[in-house]
Amino acid sequence: MNPSENVSSPRRGLTVALVGNPNTGKTSVFNSLTGLHQKVGNYPGVTVEKKTGSFTFSDTDVELIDLPGLYSLVPKSLDDKIASDILTNPKNKISVIDIIVLVADASNLNRNLYLLTQIMDIGKPVILALNMMDVAKRNGLKIDVDCLQAELGVMVVPVVAKKNKGIDELRRGIVALGGKQDTLKTRHLQVEEEFSRVLEPVCDYLKENTYYNEDYCRSLAIRFISSDDAIKYLEGEWSRNLDGARLKKLIGTARKELEALDINWHMAEARLRYKWIDRMLGRCVTRSDIISSDISERLDKILTHSVLGPLIFLAIFAAIFQTIFSYAEVPMNWIDSGMHELGLLAARLIPPGLLQSLVIDGVIAGVGAVLVFLPQILALFFFLGILEDTGYMSRVAFMMDRVMRGAGLSGRSVIPLLSSFACAIPGIMATRTVHDWKERLITILIAPFMSCSARLPVYVLIIGAFIPAGSVFGVISYSALTLLSLYLLGILVAAVSAYVFKKTIKGTGRPSSFVMELPPYRRPSLRWTALQMVERARLFVTDAGKIILAVTIVLWFLASFPRSGGQGDDNDFAKTPIEQTYAGRFGKTLEPLIKPLGFDWKIGIGLITSFAAREVMVSTLATIYNLEDADEGSVDLRQALVSDTDPQTGKPLYTIWTALSLLVYYVLAMQCMATVAIVRRETNSWRWPALMIFYMTTLAYLASFTVYHIGKIWG
Amino acid sequence: MRTLNDLKPGETAVIDSFTENDADMDYLMELGVMEGTPVVFVKSAPLGDPIEIDVRGYHLSLRRSRARCIRVN
Repeated sequence: MNPSENVSSPRRGLTVALVGNPNTGKTSVFNSLTGLHQKVGNYPGVTVEKKTGSFTFSDTDVELIDLPGLYSLVPKSLDDKIASDILTNPKNKISVIDIIVLVADASNLNRNLYLLTQIMDIGKPVILALNMMDVAKRNGLKIDVDCLQAELGVMVVPVVAKKNKGIDELRRGIVALGGKQDTLKTRHLQVEEEFSRVLEPVCDYLKENTYYNEDYCRSLAIRFISSDDAIKYLEGEWSRNLDGARLKKLIGTARKELEALDINWHMAEARLRYKWIDRMLGRCVTRSDIISSDISERLDKILTHSVLGPLIFLAIFAAIFQTIFSYAEVPMNWIDSGMHELGLLAARLIPPGLLQSLVIDGVIAGVGAVLVFLPQILALFFFLGILEDTGYMSRVAFMMDRVMRGAGLSGRSVIPLLSSFACAIPGIMATRTVHDWKERLITILIAPFMSCSARLPVYVLIIGAFIPAGSVFGVISYSALTLLSLYLLGILVAAVSAYVFKKTIKGTGRPSSFVMELPPYRRPSLRWTALQMVERARLFVTDAGKIILAVTIVLWFLASFPRSGGQGDDNDFAKTPIEQTYAGRFGKTLEPLIKPLGFDWKIGIGLITSFAAREVMVSTLATIYNLEDADEGSVDLRQALVSDTDPQTGKPLYTIWTALSLLVYYVLAMQCMATVAIVRRETNSWRWPALMIFYMTTLAYLASFTVYHIGKIWG
Repeated sequence: MRTLNDLKPGETAVIDSFTENDADMDYLMELGVMEGTPVVFVKSAPLGDPIEIDVRGYHLSLRRSRARCIRVN
């Protein structure tokens, strides 16, 4: 079992898988076991987060894999699939597991034990870590640990992971069990003699054609007979070893025979296991009559109250956004000025010329472009992490499900989309909580329609310059109304796009479902939320950062070459007029294409440079109009835009319809390379980011065209 | 016969049977929602749908369209 056992060295190595239902405090157990010795990565080829850690206990090095939380070995999502593959398939390419530690919520044992009994059938040594024993006690549950151990036939260790209780006992247990085969066998799937006989052909076939042992084959046979869902999974994964058609035929025959015997085969596995669990728990757990009033339930009455609930939800998110917008600004400015200082330093160290320009405007600007997103991403991840930890997130999904259903999504997509109003990057990373792959993909595809904070400077500049003063009925100013309409336009287009994708993208065929656990409210752990936040940010910097840096260097090249035409001014890069560079020429080449939208070459250049980040539009226009240090609030820049005239007609170059067309374009177009990079990362393919650039930009073009032409007809 | 969808907040019932057998219903059974299981209807979401039930000592939310497929006593 354990290869290092045969080695003469006293040091041993063990690989332990940590499994359990979601919301059982599995991550707390993992954190307590490994301390800071952990890292987050991805499983090869997929975007499921892989968390590993290690600890050493009495000369044994233990490698711990924290598997995604799951309710059953019949997979429902990609996460489940990976977890169940690592656990059950001895030929999986990721890891060979020596011991399985199942973390169960002691205050909610019944359902937790369903997965345990399935996992025990695999035949590997299993330890049951009974977490949250304190909560169970408070809820009036008396759990007889010895009784459980005897009935289940596995080692049971009570722990309170958040208080570090029982963790050393768990470490000792793991090391003590290391390498030993599980000799205790209990049969949780107790079936009648005749049922057993019917199972035999399926069992035999599985035994001959898989790597599994006899017990697990029997367990699998019942699973396949129980539900077609389990067979679907089998066909995809192990078709090499098994003839799916032959197995299906065997299963069909077995089902018919069971029907003849008057045995209900449908979900027989669930029925049998729960029957066994109910009986066993009746013996080992007693419930005292005095139940202290449940704080969680009282809290929930307020937080999901039909009127107060949505209001509190809005208030919480308003507060988070306010914090992000006002406080993230500070470190963002530090990063900006830090990069500026670094540029000055580079300017002193490197003589003027090509290299200096590359370092300052290419590399340092590129690193800055990556880092400048970090404060927002970190802040958002921190708050979302806290809310997730408390159990509030599932309430948000619960409250908002009805709203999202109109677009073919479920309540789980609310948080990613909401986060995207700050920045699409953390929003898209937050789609990991959407379990259904198709729903997750749709959420990713529509997230950039939420107007992010980078669009705001552009909105403010254009609205400030072109939208007339005045108000509707003296209540809401035209400017505010325009801004609001832009946000609503994004939401509307997102909803329609989601609906279209729902109808066109091929999915698992599973109908959109919203069966979701609502865990009790719990106190969040600041320390681990912070740790997780840092890990996520690290992934962003290392993975998406590479692409962002590369694109920035390309943009630098486009905006600096060719060098200004040999006027003896070769060394002075900064003074190369932008309209003479490739970016400028592109802007001009683009002009015929964007003319129908009311844009000229100057805006064209801005559209190109916006790819670094949308707000770069503002500084690009400032550069074109030779206004140093102008920002979106600058009166000069607004004036320059309004008073710019068409050299041929002498009329104002930009009208209010140009402005509206441009605003609509910024709402809808896919312009952010960081978003493209993160979509590439999260979908593990260039296909989806490519689709996004294409469909969003096409939509933006058509919408701007329409707006501009309505304006022309209007006069 | 009444379904889970017809219950009022706070009402307890025992599940009788399912009117559908699809992947979603199989999933509910794996979560312990099956014939003979007592359930408490806790409440519905602010917009009336989905609903929250208490089953086997934990809380679960599901849409009314699914609750309609679960007959109760």
